[in-house]
Amino acid sequence: MRSLTVGIVLLCLLVFVPLAFAKEAEYMVADPEMEKTVNEISAELRCLVCQNQTIADSNAPLAVDLKNQVRDMVESGQSQSDIIDYMVERYGDFVRYRPPMNASTMLLWVGPFLLLLIGVVVLVVNLRKRTAVIKNDEDLSVEENERLQRLLAAESSPQVAKRGNSSSQKAGEEKS
Amino acid sequence: MIPEIGHFALILALCVAVVQGVVAIAGAQLGIRSWMVMARPAAQVHFILVAVSFVCLMYAFIYNDFSVEYVASVSNSMLPIQYRIAAIWGGHEGSLLLWALLLAIWTMAVARYSRNLPLDMVSRVIGVMGLISVGFLMFMLFTSNPFDRLLPAALDGRDLNPLLQDPGLIFHPPLLYIGYVGFSVAFAFAIAALLSGRMDATWARWSRPWTTIAWSFLTAGIALGSWWAYYELGWGGWWFWDPVENASFLPWLVGTALVHSLAVTEKRGSFKNWTILLAIFTFSLSLLGTFLVRSGVLTSVHAFAVDPERGVFILGFLVVTIGTSLALFAWRAPKVGLGGRFSLVSRETFLLMNNVMLVVAAGAVLLGTLYPLLLDSLDMGKISVGPPYFDAVFLPLMVPMIFLMGLGPLARWKQADLPDMASRMKWAAAVSLVMALILPFVMGEWFALTSLGFALAFWIVSSIVVSMSERLRKTASNNPGAGLLARIAGLPNSYLGMNVAHVGVAVFIMGVTMVNTYEVEKDMRMEVGDTVTMSGYTFRFDGVTEVEGPNYTASRGQILVTVDDETEAVLFPEKRVYFVQTMPMTEAGIDSGLFRDLYVSLGEPVGNGAWSVRVYYKPFVGWIWGGTFLMAIGGLFAVSDRRYRLASRKRKAQKKTAGQTATDPSVADQATAPVQSMERE
Amino acid sequence: MLRYLVPLIVFLGVAGFLLKGLELNPREVPSPFIDKPAPSFSLPKLHEPEAQFASKDMLGQVWLLNVWASWCVACRSEHPLLVQLSRANIVPVYGLNYKDEPDDARNWLRELGDAYVSSLIDYEGKVGIDYGVYGVPETFVIDKQGIIRHKVIGPVTPSALDNCVLPLVRKLQQATAQTVVKRTEVEGCV
Repeated sequence: MRSLTVGIVLLCLLVFVPLAFAKEAEYMVADPEMEKTVNEISAELRCLVCQNQTIADSNAPLAVDLKNQVRDMVESGQSQSDIIDYMVERYGDFVRYRPPMNASTMLLWVGPFLLLLIGVVVLVVNLRKRTAVIKNDEDLSVEENERLQRLLAAESSPQVAKRGNSSSQKAGEEKS
Repeated sequence: MIPEIGHFALILALCVAVVQGVVAIAGAQLGIRSWMVMARPAAQVHFILVAVSFVCLMYAFIYNDFSVEYVASVSNSMLPIQYRIAAIWGGHEGSLLLWALLLAIWTMAVARYSRNLPLDMVSRVIGVMGLISVGFLMFMLFTSNPFDRLLPAALDGRDLNPLLQDPGLIFHPPLLYIGYVGFSVAFAFAIAALLSGRMDATWARWSRPWTTIAWSFLTAGIALGSWWAYYELGWGGWWFWDPVENASFLPWLVGTALVHSLAVTEKRGSFKNWTILLAIFTFSLSLLGTFLVRSGVLTSVHAFAVDPERGVFILGFLVVTIGTSLALFAWRAPKVGLGGRFSLVSRETFLLMNNVMLVVAAGAVLLGTLYPLLLDSLDMGKISVGPPYFDAVFLPLMVPMIFLMGLGPLARWKQADLPDMASRMKWAAAVSLVMALILPFVMGEWFALTSLGFALAFWIVSSIVVSMSERLRKTASNNPGAGLLARIAGLPNSYLGMNVAHVGVAVFIMGVTMVNTYEVEKDMRMEVGDTVTMSGYTFRFDGVTEVEGPNYTASRGQILVTVDDETEAVLFPEKRVYFVQTMPMTEAGIDSGLFRDLYVSLGEPVGNGAWSVRVYYKPFVGWIWGGTFLMAIGGLFAVSDRRYRLASRKRKAQKKTAGQTATDPSVADQATAPVQSMERE
Repeated sequence: MLRYLVPLIVFLGVAGFLLKGLELNPREVPSPFIDKPAPSFSLPKLHEPEAQFASKDMLGQVWLLNVWASWCVACRSEHPLLVQLSRANIVPVYGLNYKDEPDDARNWLRELGDAYVSSLIDYEGKVGIDYGVYGVPETFVIDKQGIIRHKVIGPVTPSALDNCVLPLVRKLQQATAQTVVKRTEVEGCV
């Protein structure tokens, strides 16, 4: 069915589209290489009127204006940092999706790696302490495992479940 | 009348939830059996009431009852029926009702499939879930009642946001919510363990399958949302680090840590405190996500209508729920035992490292998401934190984690031997290095990050090959003569599931690396008959026709894609204008393939019958979602492992051989034998 | 033991910030131009398009620059207040007619009354971008030295006018070249 539709569509195409016309399409912009730079810069900038989009992604009028501004500035040979500075001067740091590194954003940039450091240190300290505490190689999990099996086995019959309940409570108290 | 029934059912559900929460937990704490037995029937009644309420709302949507304010605000009589039903969760109030319904379903499921748990444990778990439901039902009834009447009734509805009029809306939110809400089970088990003071390995075993199921759904939900954004938004992005995306990613990251930590707690009795804390965190982050989306503290494309009063309510609920849980944790956790001994180099340590990485990654995402709010509330200026930040921070955290992901499954429990592992892994390392160096040149161009991506993907896959072949060699002696597939099928499902999920990660990395490096994009001005050629595909623009949809008109472009003059695909990108909200929407034309997507989106008419057309060649992009779905499937497969079904199977067997009680040692031994043999592998 | 309390403490801290966050508007972007020189511009006047208005001509006066457009719905709601203000003759109000068709703009003023000493045509929105305008209406308070002292985002409300804009304007008008008046000195502005 689907292929039939496609076939009809193709047939119509053959009739209506003057194939001799086929030529290479033009780029929307004069200089596609430069447009890459424009897009890269635009992807760093926030569209201020949108909910949460870069000006590269948004079609809002202000986003289009700002993107044109970026294009003008790229054309006139300004660097990425010039353009971002220009935007920040007008709209504040809010316009940058890559927050600047300064005193108030230090925690933001360093935070994740600080967290990692803390995480690893806490982990290593804890593991060492743990190994020191459990000196004798008693495998608690075997004991626990046995109890687990007991429970699982016991609880599968309803009337025993009642008993399993109270006994497991005792077992828990012993452990803690 | 029907909406009033729904409203009334919701009020009754609240009353039942209070009983379910208070009586069941009190009964368990005081040891009053008659109170504890109420938990299960209460959960059933609660479910029925919420379901009645949901059906009433659905009725109002199907029959276009615009005297209901919520229906009038998100639906319209022209809206096709499937979207009228999906519109139930297309706005704030209805999506809350979906939350409540799914919570009731999960509670029912716990009540139904927990026959082999001690009664006090079951009542605590059901009780905690009842209390969560109390919070949500109160939130709904006091601030966001979906059944509020609109007098006089609207003539027609304001329509569903055109962005949401897509099959994505039918599946994405329910899957996501099943995941979010599913973590409440793990949470409830953790709280039950804390309440009872029995924080041993048993609770981990009980909650592990539930957690994995919830995790799988959340994974699938996130993947579906990403795919939806990919084809709906018109430029083929698939992840935007939007606050609301982050809100779903946070519970996923911590939930992933939880799934791994539960494995250790269950098998080795270690990290008990940590696992409990993770269970609390995971669900807390699900709740936090709800707060972020619904309170208006952050801007996002996904945000619901802003209402500070709602924000205060959810924040209060958050503080009560999470605050109480963490206080309970601080009170009980110091008494928990340490569990089995393991050396610094062991699978336990690898899994702990994985946990640290995932939690730190979640911390980084949380920090980036909340940092603008933090600065603003300290009056230190307004900043935006967007994709460039997250990309810069997230990647360095993920690389070591993925490296460990290859090693972890090969390390032995208790004590692993590094030189031994190195020698087992040398082939895997060689394969991934070689592929990382060669593949970029095969694809065209070499970049450092691309090589890294390939190395990580092949590292995962080859380490799985090493692990599988070692296992198969071991089992080969057990059943000589069996074919390879039969022998693979003989491996435990949990092990296979894990590997499927890990392969999913590799597939995902492969997709991301490929599409990020080798995507080609062209923004063209195309007249009828114009062609553009990229990566061997020729796209010919065959004009635009006006078409009528049920509630929109569209300009539908037609693009013929050929390879060497052979037709490869015909694409129909659309630009739609919906009648009611008159919002222009792009619908990309996509030809999906195993190794590439061809993606075309229609821009604006630019005179002379010409249109601006964006044409993309996206290699391996489908692997991003393919990989993610593999993760989800792996999770579900792992849950199907027979040791989780053991008890129920045995129960059935027992019904047949009546008279033999479970205390009979022979039966118990038979049942536990396979479990124990697996523990030692 | 204290370390088991760490998660609770961290959570309560985050919750505190979230509570504070509920009062904030995440979409309002403060102008980085406050206490900075207003970008200078020269634009044709709406009513006599051949005549140019140069912002530097305003040096020595306190003035308001109101960004508006005929397509802007919120401008309609604030306009009567601006008309009242201009009748009171306290401070000159200039209009920046942002990305608008001049004909539409003139009709709009005819219909609602003209609050402006003069409106200036910013057809392309370039001056708007220069001033960091991201939504219409916006109103800048500019002092005698040509320094932006305050920006009202969105429609000017009667309370914003009485509690902030007018008191600030009076202080700025009284100030000499040596005394610097900042908006922080007016209670209603912060």
